Amino acid sequence: MTTPNSIWVFIEQTDGKIADVSLELTGKARELADRLGGASGGAHEVVGLVMGHHVEALADEVIAHGADRVLLADHPELAIYRTLPYARVAIAEARARKPEIFLVGGTPNGRDFAPRVASALRCGLTADCTDLEIGDYTVKKEDKTYHDLLFQIRPAFGGNLIATIVNPKTRPQMATVREGVMRMPAAQPSRHGAVEKLVPRFEPDDFALEVLSRQMRHSTVNLKESRVVVSGGAGVASAEDFALLRDLANLLGGEVGASRAAVDAGMIGREHQVGQTGTTVRPRLYVAAGISGAIQHRAGMDQSSKIIAINTDPDAPMFQIAHYKIVGDVAEVLPLIIKTLRERSMDQRETE
Amino acid sequence: MTDQRPIHSVVLVKQVPDTHNITGEVMTKDGTMNRNALPAIFNPEDLNALEMALQIKGRLGGTVTVITMGPPKAAGVLREALFRGADRVILLTDRKFAGADTLATSYVLKCAVEKAGPFDLVFCGRQAIDGDTAQVGPQLAEKLGIPQITYAETFVEVSADQIVAERALDSGSEIVRCKLPCLLTVVGSANTPRPASVRRRIERKLAAAPAEFAAVRARWPEFASDEQLQDYLNAHDLNIAVWTADDIGASEDQVGLAGSPTQVHKINFVVLESTESKTVPATPEGIAAMIQELVHEYIVG
Repeated sequence: MTTPNSIWVFIEQTDGKIADVSLELTGKARELADRLGGASGGAHEVVGLVMGHHVEALADEVIAHGADRVLLADHPELAIYRTLPYARVAIAEARARKPEIFLVGGTPNGRDFAPRVASALRCGLTADCTDLEIGDYTVKKEDKTYHDLLFQIRPAFGGNLIATIVNPKTRPQMATVREGVMRMPAAQPSRHGAVEKLVPRFEPDDFALEVLSRQMRHSTVNLKESRVVVSGGAGVASAEDFALLRDLANLLGGEVGASRAAVDAGMIGREHQVGQTGTTVRPRLYVAAGISGAIQHRAGMDQSSKIIAINTDPDAPMFQIAHYKIVGDVAEVLPLIIKTLRERSMDQRETE
Repeated sequence: MTDQRPIHSVVLVKQVPDTHNITGEVMTKDGTMNRNALPAIFNPEDLNALEMALQIKGRLGGTVTVITMGPPKAAGVLREALFRGADRVILLTDRKFAGADTLATSYVLKCAVEKAGPFDLVFCGRQAIDGDTAQVGPQLAEKLGIPQITYAETFVEVSADQIVAERALDSGSEIVRCKLPCLLTVVGSANTPRPASVRRRIERKLAAAPAEFAAVRARWPEFASDEQLQDYLNAHDLNIAVWTADDIGASEDQVGLAGSPTQVHKINFVVLESTESKTVPATPEGIAAMIQELVHEYIVG
């Protein structure tokens, strides 16, 4: 059967658990579908594409988060994510059903999967979007307006710009979307939807790659949920200075974050990276210590309620979004903050 | 692993503006960027990709061909590749390629890789720092009809018909075995790229593409004409081959702007502004006052 005007979401799951970003996108797709339905009058369907093995139970969760229909490919060869078998199913279904929009979470697997599918479908794909909207696009040269396109909004060119990308002529309009930027919708267990089982047809070449072993790192870092994030960048010169970040984070009940420069320099593990290629955070307090503030980093933290920036360079871009600007060396300023907080907590204890 | 043989690799590289070193000088007050203040560099993860290909060649023999698409000045990264040990370099340059998005780029690279000859492994950096899309590698693999290993960090072994590699993922790691030919995208943590060799730099300093002949002859006046220089480069294997859309048999509707389904609707310069911003002196009093405010607003407590 065909499902015209549908918005698809790739539901990524690992060991039977759906990635947060897939549910965030299901919620966003619901919003976009309602907006499109209201604009053109035609009903728009939200479709979750679930692949895996023994994953039937996930369909209800996807529907509860906003999907009207779940396409379910349940097969032993899909038990672990692998590019070719997953892409095979998605490409075949997209060719047959012609979705309008296809959204994929900007996870490592999502960013492995989406370009493979887009290349086969020869459709446009925008990477790592931070926002999605619906709007009209006029091409003066053609004297033509394309209505109700997906505006794919992302930071671009490493530097200070935000680009709105459209795919006027190809379908589906594909985008990967950064984790944590769309709000997670509340589950509505009473929602109803259709579940349609797919029968995957693989080719022998789809199994050219085997996963021999997997090692999941159970990260103790929970940047996304943390109310306070204390991050260091290139201006944190030594391991001792990085230890100061940990002290401060502990005092404030927060996590340690880092810019890409600090991660690349080997100061701290990649799971601590904040920014476009790391985690997007929205804490109540973000301390940027020795981080100049490239847009890739800012894009991952500029929604923080309060930002303290510490930098020796008074022109550091980070100062432009900071609420508190401290021009100085991290190695001197952090101990001051730590000392002040320690004294405060001791004062508190005395008065209690 | 039993049967080993020489491995022929193709490495796709890109010359990019050095967006990672954005300083106050590069950014202007209205939030635009002074692009001229950014030097053009070898995309960092492409150096990791080249290094992995060179290590495999070092172990098993074979060849390393390096290809880039870009303006004529992108020949700079190809020379860098020659200095590091590439056997052969190819510059894809044509006005028709301009304005390509990742899909059109992957199509051009596909045409070039196929024209360059039989290969076992194709390497790309995970992503380029000017776009951070990480799309071209997988898009190219699909167009070549070969499997892909993204986020490759280590190659465990390469044999006549397969490669075992470790992938670095946010959530952990994975060891995979894949039939050849296949494409790998390589992460920055994979290795430490070798520097250019001094010997090779001296031997191959004249390596040039035809568009650079005038500049080369200005520095080395002993070449009386372009033809003479060309003969010398041919004789010493120092040609930077230049291929156009016609050379690689690319169809016009799939390259450049015409072949790019994505279009830029608008660009907003980010004018950074915090709603209220205070300069805090780096003194005990200044810090104490700041913390007092944060406590008052229940940010800290």
